[in-house]
Amino acid sequence: MSLPTISGDRGLDHEEKLIFELGRAGVTGVDLSDVKVSDARLSGLRRRGTIGLPGLSEPEAVRHYVRLSRMNYAIDAGLYPLGSCTMKHNPRLNEKLARLPGFADVHPLAPQSTVQGALALIAELMRWLTTLTGMPAVAMSPKAGAHGELCGILTIRAAIEARGEKRTRVLVPESAHGTNPASATFAGFTVDEVKAPPEGRVDLESLRGKLGPDVAAFMLTNPNTCGLFERDVLEIAAMVHKCGAYFYADGANFNAIAGRVRPGDLGVDAMHINLHKTFSTPHGGGGPGAGPVVLSARLAPFAPLPLLVHDEKGFRLIENRADVPEGAKPFGRMCAFHGQMGMFVRALAYMLSHGRDGIRQASEDAVLSANYVLASLKDVMSAPFEGPCMHEALFDEHFLHGTGVTTLDFAKVMIDEGYHPMTVYFPLVVHGAMLIEPTESESKESLDRFIHVLRTMALEAKAGKKERFEGAPRLAPRRRLDETAASRKPVLRWKAPDLPKAAE
Amino acid sequence: MSETRFTEQHEWVRVEGGEGTIGITRYATEQLGDVVYVELPAIGKTIAKGAEGAVVESVKAASEVYAPVGGTVTAVNEALGADPAKVNSSPEEDGWFFKIKLTNAAELSQLMSEDKYVEYVKGL
Repeated sequence: MSLPTISGDRGLDHEEKLIFELGRAGVTGVDLSDVKVSDARLSGLRRRGTIGLPGLSEPEAVRHYVRLSRMNYAIDAGLYPLGSCTMKHNPRLNEKLARLPGFADVHPLAPQSTVQGALALIAELMRWLTTLTGMPAVAMSPKAGAHGELCGILTIRAAIEARGEKRTRVLVPESAHGTNPASATFAGFTVDEVKAPPEGRVDLESLRGKLGPDVAAFMLTNPNTCGLFERDVLEIAAMVHKCGAYFYADGANFNAIAGRVRPGDLGVDAMHINLHKTFSTPHGGGGPGAGPVVLSARLAPFAPLPLLVHDEKGFRLIENRADVPEGAKPFGRMCAFHGQMGMFVRALAYMLSHGRDGIRQASEDAVLSANYVLASLKDVMSAPFEGPCMHEALFDEHFLHGTGVTTLDFAKVMIDEGYHPMTVYFPLVVHGAMLIEPTESESKESLDRFIHVLRTMALEAKAGKKERFEGAPRLAPRRRLDETAASRKPVLRWKAPDLPKAAE
Repeated sequence: MSETRFTEQHEWVRVEGGEGTIGITRYATEQLGDVVYVELPAIGKTIAKGAEGAVVESVKAASEVYAPVGGTVTAVNEALGADPAKVNSSPEEDGWFFKIKLTNAAELSQLMSEDKYVEYVKGL
């Protein structure tokens, strides 16, 4: 914009200061009377200085956050192609049901006789999850994907200990989500990487070479992080089982196959399901996550407490080892209570409103959308792997070689174009990766517009038209951030500027 | 006399008198981008060939640095703590990660010579 505004604001876009810069001493939104507490009761802990809370009136505080919220990008504002994150639409029906007071106001310590409906809902969700995955049992308490991974690996550890064996290694493919090796390490195992071959799938020979009597588990994401289905999965499961290890599946990409493939049929022993992505409500959807873990018959006895049972007296949570039914050997528990009720309601609402056929169609449409993006762009951008993809389209930086434009520049221009950037530089096995997951939420018109933008960007970069890329984003509230300085010299705390000293 | 050998994971090891200095190659730093943090092993730790020796974190990713040869850690490059940028500015000199006393010098023969490594990188 050539002529700057007088205020510094630009139409609906306000130049907003930090709340600490806006605050003034002595201003407050509420009047509280002075509280007199004797020093005797504070035992010398009386506060001596100010605590630096910003002083604002209520309308000022409200405006501050409303203005900041306008700088947000959200799935409710536009296409959000962040690969691996499954930024799909949040149906408003889910939100309405999650806010029903009978669910929203449930207290985890409420007598169980008063929350039979909530427990029945959890039981119904468990039935859907075990049916969709073809697995006999599910542990509901993990709070998110990585927590579910840890739960699955701890279950495997308990099963191995119960066999009286000592197995110390967990195998993880190079392309795995970083949480996989982290979960295995956290559970006390040593992580051993299985190399990714050029075609982007697990190399059976490399896996065979790593398997042995000290291997506890093999962790696989299917479809994998390159957006490819591991078509040798049955053979992989057989190899893993033959050496006495367990087959852990990272269910982060279950949204590509839900309703079509049952992981139980693939020989999976444990898999977490990101309820908050597969069944809507991804990051920023207004609530926490939930990562239930489905378990094979071999692992089911070791599922963590609490156990939900249903008998003639109704639904009941078993909280103690002493009360568990015959055969159950829970390894312990993952958290204090029973899981994320709000996500349980949202996920079940999604399932019931879509139905089994609808869930299948959502998976198919997600795969179709990604393939439409891949097929429409692979002549101008470069795809590292041959053939169709699953729910995400992966490109590499090959098409940018010699242009002086990097993957990062490319991603930043998308901000100017009104999109959230795709996932970049992940998976690590691909140079300058750009991972696009359009999800089933987008219409063909929306995808066509998105493809047109990326296509034009790619053609401009190749034609040497670099203006758009240099220093992008140009139109965001802030220009390109210095990521290096932010990491090397982070400023984590706002400090009040030194006030000029008053004259004596 | 010293010789430098390379791995397919882009680590280098320079051996002088039974002690190997280990770091990552310029190609590796170009792939990683600006390095912002380096986690170094404890002195005295024994690391097997191919096992994790250090972790390097850049603006793009965190990656393991594997020991090109097995041995016992004798020194680490403390300067990287305050100035991880050295890894980018001088990956094969000032930006070294750690030194180890080699357990088995014969392991060196399994690594690439500089010429071979340059060829290898060209093919990537």
